[in-house]
Amino acid sequence: MSSRAQVYLLALVFISAGIGLTLYKNLALNFPLSPGSLTRVWDVEAKVTFWATQQPIIVDLALPQSQDAYQVLDETFASSGYGFDIRNGDEQRRATWTRRNAGGQQTLYYKLKIARQGTSPTPSAPPTADQTPDKLIWTPAQESTAATLIAQARTLSANPSSFATQLLKLLKQHESIKSSHSLNDPRKRISQANLALQLLSRAEVASHIVRGISLADRVHNQTATELVEIYDDKNWYIIDPVKASFGLPKDFFIWQRGGDSLLQLEGGRRSKIRFSFIANDLPSKNIALMHAEEPNSALIDFNIYSLPVEKQAVFKLLLLVPIGALVVVLFRVLIGIRTSGTFMPVLIAMAFMQTTLLTGVGLLTALVIVGLWIRSYLSQLDLLMVSRIAAVLIVVVMLMAVFSVISHKLGLEQMLNMTFFPMVILAWTIERLSITWEEDGAREVAVQGLGSLTVAIVAYLAMTNPLVGHLTYNFPELLLAVLGLILLLGQYSGYRLNEFFRFQSAVE
Amino acid sequence: MWIKRHKKLRNAGVLGLNERNVSYISRYNKRENFPLVDNKLKTKKAALAVNLPVPELLGVISSPQQLKTLPTLLKDRQSFVIKPARGSGGKGILVISRREGEQFFKPSGALLTTNAIRHYVSNILSGVYSLGGKPDVALIETLVRGDQLLDKYSHEGLPDIRIIVFQGFPIMAMLRCPTSNSDGKANLHQGAVGVGLDITRGTALKAVQHDKVISHHPDTGIKFADLAIPNWRKLLQLAGHCHDFTELGYLGCDIVLDKNRGPLILEVNARPGLFIQIASGVGLRSRLQNIENLMQKDWHVDSRIDYAMTHFSSNTKAN
Repeated sequence: MSSRAQVYLLALVFISAGIGLTLYKNLALNFPLSPGSLTRVWDVEAKVTFWATQQPIIVDLALPQSQDAYQVLDETFASSGYGFDIRNGDEQRRATWTRRNAGGQQTLYYKLKIARQGTSPTPSAPPTADQTPDKLIWTPAQESTAATLIAQARTLSANPSSFATQLLKLLKQHESIKSSHSLNDPRKRISQANLALQLLSRAEVASHIVRGISLADRVHNQTATELVEIYDDKNWYIIDPVKASFGLPKDFFIWQRGGDSLLQLEGGRRSKIRFSFIANDLPSKNIALMHAEEPNSALIDFNIYSLPVEKQAVFKLLLLVPIGALVVVLFRVLIGIRTSGTFMPVLIAMAFMQTTLLTGVGLLTALVIVGLWIRSYLSQLDLLMVSRIAAVLIVVVMLMAVFSVISHKLGLEQMLNMTFFPMVILAWTIERLSITWEEDGAREVAVQGLGSLTVAIVAYLAMTNPLVGHLTYNFPELLLAVLGLILLLGQYSGYRLNEFFRFQSAVE
Repeated sequence: MWIKRHKKLRNAGVLGLNERNVSYISRYNKRENFPLVDNKLKTKKAALAVNLPVPELLGVISSPQQLKTLPTLLKDRQSFVIKPARGSGGKGILVISRREGEQFFKPSGALLTTNAIRHYVSNILSGVYSLGGKPDVALIETLVRGDQLLDKYSHEGLPDIRIIVFQGFPIMAMLRCPTSNSDGKANLHQGAVGVGLDITRGTALKAVQHDKVISHHPDTGIKFADLAIPNWRKLLQLAGHCHDFTELGYLGCDIVLDKNRGPLILEVNARPGLFIQIASGVGLRSRLQNIENLMQKDWHVDSRIDYAMTHFSSNTKAN
């Protein structure tokens, strides 16, 4: 078989295999071909701070669980110097940090990733005896006030839920008047929710506290919000004790339902827990797979999803490289753009993905121009080539450090990603361009430099396209089709676009 | 517009780079034959082995240790050329045309010291001019003194003649004349003039600089139309022999004319460029296909040249 026929056959096999597998996954396994709907994913960070007093320390934190409206995708704990353990109780998960001895300000982090999901209310268990809070000891005056409030609420209501609402309203009115017979102890301030709980337990309505956080993008140092949940013989109802309103507030993530306090500390003082949030919109498919328990097909099982999450991120990038290579082949074979170094534009495009396009182009141009200038000086010093390239490399690294520091001071954080520029390749490119300058003139340097930049930008645009990213990541078999296409292009013997101009004078 | 242009190029038989690579270079040039022509030292030795004239080799420096021998090598040389064995496209060629003691002068008059030359050679050795930065060796050759007839068509440097040889048949030729623009180099990218030559007579067809047709040399002001290469048949024979000793099916042979020794083979290129079509105003494809369609194989050099001279003249158009 002639080589040409082999190429066509191989290309046909690759392309049909790639497209066939893709269609199979799409039609039979329901992998969507488009990125589809986005789901909001929150990165929540809980920061526990306290003052340690040179005693054995036990920090005990309630942990959230997947719930009706939100799904916990991932959680991480950062606690250097602390022993760490998670206890799974009947109802609650709690994390315990322990340490024999420590002093001064201590900070512990707990981070989790949660995604909103469709609300399908799960039936919750009826209250058990141990969920009722301990009764606080009140003065006789306080007890009689409480009894009055309960009696009033009872006359104004018909069932447990309306009773709870009325009671909370009355409590709010009562507490807003700063009277001497307040239910709250002025020295030991109890939260509105806890007060409500005390009243409800005296009225023999089953209830507990629900702690959680109101999610909002880029909010820092938020405190936990306390709500009250009551049981009316059939269902649990959530009531906001401050507003005395029913139901969960919008974007509310329940951290802890019932149980003890959110945070318990032994061996320290002034413990605080604060929450920060960042929102991201991610494709629903990825989230579904992040949480998929068991893959139902060999194609999924033998897939990138089976890798650990951080390795997946690496592959996500690697799988885009063939797309960049395809762009390079298209530009060289069909258009005829000259670049400096065949696949250098792909590496540059990958660096652009970290720095964003405009900063990347600016930085690269600056680095190459300064590099060429320094190289032109070095060429006068009669250095050996290896030392000269190494010298250019070091200068490139130093320039990167200087740019990074300056940009950090100016608050341009994305410039810090410039370390993703392939330094060695850059040093070689500078050397190559500088020889081209000497041998073929500045015009050729401009042609090659701009050519490389153009190809890099187009490769960047192709590689950052959400659809392309989705397809290469979820359908890696499409790379076979890309391979087939590249094989076909390797046999293309037609004119390049620039030859229409180049040979113009030959035919006139 | 694109379709029209495409048609025009097709009809003129212009060969594109993709077609050259796919249909000619990869089909007719075997990979194993590339090293011979990619290394000028090997080319030179192979050419000498079959008694083809090449510029005289004065010495080779192949390692940094040998740099010490450089002064002895250059001892009483008034002029010489240093070139990397693996330099592509004429890269890295240093010409010394005059010398006063320890001072060396380029044709442009620029001065170099022995140390500068030593540094230049060490750059060559470390592979600055070779593809992919591979370590290289430096050749030192005698400087070819150009034929007076061609001298007036060039500025400072030496004009060379590129002949495209397909399966042993010379099919197209051009003269490359250095200009002040090209810094005395026969480098078309930098502004050397390409003069298309009629394969039957060795006379000029048209002259092109920077993709534009010109009639006179920009520096010397000599008209190209009167140009005729002396000993034309001898040049074609040399080119034809290049096919025999390199075993390349598609090659470009670069020849210079020495005042005393006549035509010399400078180098052989396995991937010759396509500018020759612009300089000649003719496409390569019809000639390539003409040779491909020949039934008889194993022609003698002289009969191949006779064939080329009779068949590839009529379809050139005088300008």
